[in-house]
Formats: sequence, C-alpha cells, structure tokens
Amino acid sequence: MSSQTNEVTSKASQPRKEAFRLGRFVRAYGPQLGILGVFFTLWTIFIVSAPNTFLAPLIYYAFMSTVPFFAMMAIPLTMVVIAKEIDLSFPSTMAMGMVTFILTYNATTSVALAFIAALGTGILIGWLNGIIVVKFGIPSLVATLGTQFFWRGAVLVLSQGKSGSLIYARESLLHPLLVGKIGAGFPVQMLWLIVIAILGWVLLNRHKFGAHIYLIGDNIKSAELMGINTGRTRIRIFMLLGLVAAFAGVVASLHVAFFWPSLGEGYLLRTLASVFLGGTSVFGGTGTILGTFLGAFIIGAIEAATVAVGLTGFWTQLIYGLIIVLSVIMHTFLSKRME
Amino acid sequence: MAEYRLELRNVTKKFGEVRALEDINFQLGRNEVVGLLGDNGAGKSTLIKIVTGYYQPTSGEILFNGEKADHLTVSKARQLGVEAVYQERALAELQTLWRNIFLGREIANRWGLLDIPMMRQETHRLMSQSMGFTSTAVNPESRVGNFSGGERQGVAIVRALYFDAEIIILDEPTMGLSLKETAKLVNFVHDIKMAGKSAIFIDHNILHVYNVADRVVVIDRGRIAGEFLTKDINLDTLMEKMVRVAETGSFD
Repeated sequence: MSSQTNEVTSKASQPRKEAFRLGRFVRAYGPQLGILGVFFTLWTIFIVSAPNTFLAPLIYYAFMSTVPFFAMMAIPLTMVVIAKEIDLSFPSTMAMGMVTFILTYNATTSVALAFIAALGTGILIGWLNGIIVVKFGIPSLVATLGTQFFWRGAVLVLSQGKSGSLIYARESLLHPLLVGKIGAGFPVQMLWLIVIAILGWVLLNRHKFGAHIYLIGDNIKSAELMGINTGRTRIRIFMLLGLVAAFAGVVASLHVAFFWPSLGEGYLLRTLASVFLGGTSVFGGTGTILGTFLGAFIIGAIEAATVAVGLTGFWTQLIYGLIIVLSVIMHTFLSKRME
Repeated sequence: MAEYRLELRNVTKKFGEVRALEDINFQLGRNEVVGLLGDNGAGKSTLIKIVTGYYQPTSGEILFNGEKADHLTVSKARQLGVEAVYQERALAELQTLWRNIFLGREIANRWGLLDIPMMRQETHRLMSQSMGFTSTAVNPESRVGNFSGGERQGVAIVRALYFDAEIIILDEPTMGLSLKETAKLVNFVHDIKMAGKSAIFIDHNILHVYNVADRVVVIDRGRIAGEFLTKDINLDTLMEKMVRVAETGSFD
C-alpha cells in the first residue's frame, strides 16, 4: 500500500520539478534580479534621454573614479545590516583615519607607516563600536550615533579644524597603488572596489563568518543555541567596516591630495542608500553584495544623470528619494512573492 | 566507567532574585530515557539549557561520565555529546534547509571556506533516508520558513542525530506534530535507546512521556517533586499524582 503511494507521488513529482525550475531560479535569485532590473531600466532611460553623455566612455571613468569612495564602505555595511545592526559612524572613521595618517606622517615622514596607522585606527574604532554594542548591550543605532559625533569631534580637536595638503603622498608608491590610472584613464580605486566586493562576497557566501552573519540577522537566539559566538562575530563585522572606512578615507583624500576635516560627511546617506537600494533587508537576515554594488552605482549615476538629462541639480535629491522608496517597495514585494 | 552519563549535583539557577531551579539532583544513566514532567514555568527548559551549556548554573556541579564540567558552553556541551532539539527548534527561517542542518557547525576547510556541495549532498541524504521526506517541497535549497511544523521538527531532529550525540534532549518535540508524525517521533526515541544512547524527553503530554521513558522525573516550582520508574507505575496513578503535585506541590 505504502509503496504504491510512493510510486505515484514520485512519478507525479518528476515533471513538476522540471516545470518549476524557473520558479526556483527566481526564488533563489529574486533580490539580485530585482536590482538588476532597476539598474538596466535606469541605464536605458539615461542613454535614451542623454545619449551624448551616456554613450561616451568619459562619464563611466568619472563614475569609476568617485563611486568607489562610498561603494567600498557599502560592502561591509551590507554585512552590518544583514546582521540586524547599523553603523552611522563610518564617515567619521574615514576622517579619523586620515588624522592619524597625517599625525604619523608628521612624526615619521613615512607614508607607509601613516597608511598602516590609518587602517589600525579604523579597526580600533570598529572594535570600540562592537564593544559598546555587544558588551554594554546598547542598540547600534544609538551607539554609533554617539561615536559618530565623538570621532568627528576628535578630528576637529586634533586638526584644530584645519585642512591640509597631502601633496607629499603623491611622490610615494601609495598614490599610484590606490588612486592611480591604468591605460586610458581607468581609475585604480575601481579595482580596489572590485577586490573588496569579491572578498566581501566570498566572506558572506562561501565562508563560516558569512553563514554566521546571516544567521545572527535571521534569528540571534537560534545562533546562540547553536553555539555561535554572536558577540565576537558582531564585533568583527564592525571592525571590518572600520577598516574599510579608514581605507576609503585614505583613498578619497589621496585622490584630491588634500585633507578636509569634514571628510566623509557627504557619504553617510549615499552609503546607506546603496545598501537598501540593493535589496538588503532593514529587518536583517537577507541581503546581497551584488545588490549593494549596483545600488552604489545607481546612486552615483543619478546626480550626473539628472544634469545630463537637462534637469537642474535641484532635482537630484528628489529623484534619489523616489528611486530609493520605489526600489524598497519592489524588494519587499519580491520577497513576499518568494514565500 | 562512571555510573551516569550525566549528573547534576545540587544545581541552583537564579535569575536575579527569582529561583528558577533549586538544589536539583538529577542523573541520566547509559541507555536510559528520562521523561521530564512539570507545569509551564516549573523549570524544565531552564534545566535543559543548563545541560546544553546555554545557561550557567548559579551554584552546583555538572558531571559528564563522572567528570566535572566547569564553565560549560554550548560548543563545549556539544563536544561532550549533548544535542538538543529545542522547543523553539532553533531554526533560521530565512535560510535554506542545508544551512539550517549545519548551523554553527558548517563543513569548512581550515581557512573557514565552506564546502557547500558536501553540505547539500549530506542534507539531501539525511532528509530522504532519516526522515523519509520525499516531498519536492523539501529539498536542500528550500527555505525552512515555508516548512510545516512536522518538517521543522524533522529538521531539528535530523540535525541532532547527524552529529552523533550521546545525550539527546527533546524539548516538547511533539508540539505541532500530526498523529503520524508523533508516532514516528516515538519510534525515533526507541531507536535512540537501541543505539545505546541516552535521552531526556520533555513533553506536556503525559501519555507520550509515559510511552517512551524508562523513568519519569517530576519538576514543580524549580524543585524535583519526585520520580518513578515507568515499569513500577501505571498511567492512571501517574496522572493522579501529577494532578496532586500541581495542587499541593508534593505527592503526599
């Protein structure tokens, strides 16, 4: 009797399995397909309405030159958000890293040491964020709101609010390595963004660390019951963002060979917007690196596009807002359909 | 060889001023299934969370095979062979089935890189062989959030079995299960015994506990109110005693 039923079900299930392949593909890659759709739709709109700008390579070199400054940080920020945390302090980390860079250079006249000191500062700031969140149990929104002010304040106190030239770094090897040009003008920082994105993807999708990040964001209690050290994992995510923020700070500063104490201030909302535009859930547990990567370029392109299309710069923010809200609605709709 | 696989000596657990467990002495023998009975909030879940290393006892000792285990953590308890199927099942709903089977114990190389094909393959094998899930809805790539109660329980149990536990703890395992699934579960507990392992079985349903346990331990308000060998007591007497415990806190 039971073997008969088994046969019937297995026979019936064979063709169904085939027919549902596409459905399964959409279910598995829904978030990426959504953002890819948005990306190519917008791109088409840009090309159609401003062909002179968007069919020339120049604009793409420009994007690849400036988008990496915040897109780099959006990669580890994606991990923070997947783990159901947030970090608002990374713009200040960018600047604080540069303050230690300059202080170290002034003391040692070594650009390499200055660079290492900047990265170390980023890791330290991230570690402190993690400690405040994990050990003191402070929600990360409030904790990093506080540290964001604190480190910006430290930057202003230490720099006395003064900006400064980094022209000396131009002669060092660091300059071509971080912000040089390849061939006709391909910016090296774009390569760094690609490297960080690939490393981030491997870490998130092919490494234990990433498996634990998704799990923590999905159900932190399960994670604890299953023996995952949720505190240590979360501290490490904050450290990773701190490290990349400091790196991005050095890259952005070397690009203009100048340090501004306000370094990073324009990046907070763009970076966050890249992550959410890319389909990472505010509720944690889901999100992709590809989504964030494309999200960052959409954010980066809108400003140029509004002007190229013939609208005034005043339109930029309005269009940002519109695209972000529409995309998040789309992602929510897609994830409901996937259930 | 030590007499007991697991022993708790004078274990007390306080949450602030609240005493969740008081002076618990508990033993689990080799090849033994112990049923834990008690009302909601009696301390059953706290007791098992101490055994699994999730909570640290305020005072008292835990011994595995006669050896004291100080500062027990979840991963340490797992190394000692404790596996739990929790009441809340400890599943990650947004994650795929294979990720849930290997939660916290991913198959990875020494750099921490995951062996995903291996985990998928193992999951596929486990689901069809151990649990008899042949439905196309249950494949290694499906999300656990879409599973039925029985399927979720199956995932939690398969996970506990896969890692070759010596002590298996089942916290309300029949909750949300159909009659057929419950029968399967009861068989599974018998299998645990046959394989020479030990189990702690917690359930609201006295009948289920009576059917599978060698010994029943009754907990009331954080204390052990009494224990019986199931072969020495019939179900009606056990039920009467349970009612009396609920009313008076003792059997007499």
